[in-house]
Amino acid sequence: MSAGVDPSLDTAPPWLFTPRVVFTTMIVAVLALLPVYSMLTGNTFTLTLFTRVLILAAAAVSLNLIMGYGGMVSFGHAAYLGIGGYAVGILAKEGIGSGFAQWPVAIAASALYALVVGALSLRTRGVYFIMITLAFAQMIYYVAIGLDRYGGDDGLTIHKRSQFGFIDLSNRTTFYYLCFAVLLGSIYLVARIVNSRFGLVIRGSRSNDRRMRAIGFPTFRYRLVCFVIAGALCGLAGALLANHTNFVSPALMHWTRSGDLIVMVVLGGLGTLFGPLIGAATFLLLEEGLSRLTEYPDLILGPVLLLVAIYLNGGIEGLLEGRRRG
Amino acid sequence: MLYFIEQCLNGVQLGLLLFLLAAGLTLVFGIMDLVNLAHGSLYMLGAYFAATFAVWTGSFVLAVILAVVASLIVGMVLEVVAVRRLYDRSHLDHVLGTFGLLLFFNEAVRLIWGPAGMTLALPNEMLTAVQVIPGVYYPIYRLVIILATLAVAGFLYIVVMRTRLGMLIRAGASNREMVGALGINIKLLYTLVFGLGAALAGFAGVMQAPILTVQIGMGENILILAFVVIIIGGIGSIRGALVASVLVGLIDTIGRAFVTDLLRRVLSTNAADTLGPSLSSMSIYMLMAAVLVFRPEGLFPAASR
Amino acid sequence: MAEPLLLITGLTKRFGGVTAADAITLGIPAGEVHAVIGPNGAGKTTLIGLITGEIAPQDGAVRFDGGDITRLPVYRRNRLGLARSFQITSLFSDLTALDNVSLAVQAHRGHSFRFWRDARGENELRQPALAALDRVGLAERAGLKVAKLSHGEHRQLEIAMALATGPRLLLLDEPMAGMGPDESARMVRLLRQLKGGVTILLIEHDMEAVFALADRLTVLVYGRIIASGDPAAVRADPAVRQAYLGEKENKDKRGG
Repeated sequence: MSAGVDPSLDTAPPWLFTPRVVFTTMIVAVLALLPVYSMLTGNTFTLTLFTRVLILAAAAVSLNLIMGYGGMVSFGHAAYLGIGGYAVGILAKEGIGSGFAQWPVAIAASALYALVVGALSLRTRGVYFIMITLAFAQMIYYVAIGLDRYGGDDGLTIHKRSQFGFIDLSNRTTFYYLCFAVLLGSIYLVARIVNSRFGLVIRGSRSNDRRMRAIGFPTFRYRLVCFVIAGALCGLAGALLANHTNFVSPALMHWTRSGDLIVMVVLGGLGTLFGPLIGAATFLLLEEGLSRLTEYPDLILGPVLLLVAIYLNGGIEGLLEGRRRG
Repeated sequence: MLYFIEQCLNGVQLGLLLFLLAAGLTLVFGIMDLVNLAHGSLYMLGAYFAATFAVWTGSFVLAVILAVVASLIVGMVLEVVAVRRLYDRSHLDHVLGTFGLLLFFNEAVRLIWGPAGMTLALPNEMLTAVQVIPGVYYPIYRLVIILATLAVAGFLYIVVMRTRLGMLIRAGASNREMVGALGINIKLLYTLVFGLGAALAGFAGVMQAPILTVQIGMGENILILAFVVIIIGGIGSIRGALVASVLVGLIDTIGRAFVTDLLRRVLSTNAADTLGPSLSSMSIYMLMAAVLVFRPEGLFPAASR
Repeated sequence: MAEPLLLITGLTKRFGGVTAADAITLGIPAGEVHAVIGPNGAGKTTLIGLITGEIAPQDGAVRFDGGDITRLPVYRRNRLGLARSFQITSLFSDLTALDNVSLAVQAHRGHSFRFWRDARGENELRQPALAALDRVGLAERAGLKVAKLSHGEHRQLEIAMALATGPRLLLLDEPMAGMGPDESARMVRLLRQLKGGVTILLIEHDMEAVFALADRLTVLVYGRIIASGDPAAVRADPAVRQAYLGEKENKDKRGG
């Protein structure tokens, strides 16, 4: 398995100027200053593109919590993007435009679905777990297609972004910084969780679940709670995404979207704090760049993913650490 | 009632086609421990090959044969060039790598054949219906599918159970190192197994082509069903795959045909029409969820592993 | 007479055609060191699995400390005071020795639904962990990652983790497996120190260690107990000699 433990979380002092810390700081700085660049050059496309990067990075952070640290490979994580998005869309259509109502519902609905899916799926492991989470995502995908009132297959347009009173989400720059804050907040949250008692149980369970139970941990309930937290966080990302595109559709929950999320996490580096951000940025920018180069971007993207799977140990973070496959 | 019988036959036919896909998938997973998301792409390629060969040669039967051979070759080449490097990686890396292959194939097909999709025409004789049971008319072609897939299933059974190759396959499934230590060329074995899986998938694609359209991404939906089948049947078990496929095929087909009608009796027409298709699509997944809760190893788990 | 700490009655487990445990009945009083020996494949590890709860029996019951635990899951049995070490080392290989044992401590110090505070800074966990490591002689190696420890140290770590859960009964599955003579001697000394404070069920092939430690001895062959009782008596039992010890005496200590 790609190396799991983030070395900066063990006993070594964290503040070294390794290539990795430098690289990460640079990325965060660039992201923080991007709206300034956008304002100066008048280039709003970049701003929009990077807003999407931030949102999907947050989704990837949530997936990394269960996948990278917890060893639970969920192939149905895009379902929560959809649930969060549809919560916003449905409430908006029914006349409830306040973000204070929409966003908690998005989070709660995602958490609830994660609870159900987790309770059933976490009794299985390995490839069975992967497939059952995939199946549950497909189920909710079909439910969304069946929602005629909310657009069904064609999707649902959201005319106004979530209303918050003191903050105007329709302003691109404001929205960007909100997403940035959510992303950084998620990363911080995950950082605290993985070093807490709870986090150690999750990580121990990934490392050796049998051992965990033998020393007295009822691992199932901890993993379930972790799964729910990840689902809820992804639901928030879904609410952001719906606001960003002013649109939701079942396609958001298609299993290939879940595949994209997995790619982002693995590409960036499983079980690292900033890996999901690096992976999301790399993947989305690569996608964008390739589709400008050629009419057939996946002809290149596909093999790239294959090569990453074969040759990269620990994703890009691993590369920065100097790790290679033996 | 007659409609019900017809739907049952359709269900069996869908199930048998699923079996072809599932058998390949379960063999590859059982023996090489490889999760292959690109399996649906081989199904798609089979259909496209057949449509193209039919145009070139003008003969349906010839097109089928050529398409299966082409699938076999593509499968083996793919294994040698790319897939074999994934064996010693984790399942997650398999998912990542074969997902990349899936994207690649969809795009490659779009490049070669264009985005529009193709059709595969049946020879006229196959278009008529015959009376299978008094009062029930069933298209010859669908009967052909059922018989052909049963024949392939039988052939597979004989190969796996009665030949030396099959013995190696079963041994490889339970103990890889041992087989290698016996001096068997394990690399060649894996290539053959993967090729076999690809040929089965291609054949399934060819058979289904005249009934559904031949289009990009046709592999994805059926791939998920195939995974559901092997979970229900038990990973590594061909018998499990057969039983589960027919079960899934029946439930899916009958579900689609009758659920909406049944719902109409209890709910308003609107509600039934909204809920019906979703519910029937979901029925398979609910079955899988139930199996995973009550019998996680599947209905017929492979003996050792 | 008080019920033994561990009482198993008629414990039976079949795997397909193989009967790994055949109506096993055994009682171990508190404070005893009880060794179980037998040829490979006799069902010794299955027995441990049945007692710890990893394997469900087809028949029979397990009673611990006066209560029926036959239906309890693994973690619950551990909470009641039943700890084990694994025959094939089973540790958290990406963590340090101290982290490993701290986790064992953590499992028994309240719940772990704490999401914020850094667990590695909790003295409440670290102190008992260090104490357990000290007890097995690994205190100086506490900060090292498991990968950097020797095989013998892994076996010691296994014991430390079991001890850290505060058990009343220790189930040790071949603690000396793969150890050289020095390490084995050290392990025997350690186990002798533990004697009396905690009840021990010991599975071992190392006969010297067995006879040095055991208060009573049980011989398991093909899942069935063929002799049980005082070690000297068991050793002299002709059935046992024939089935097991007889072959053993012709091989070297490490061979079997």
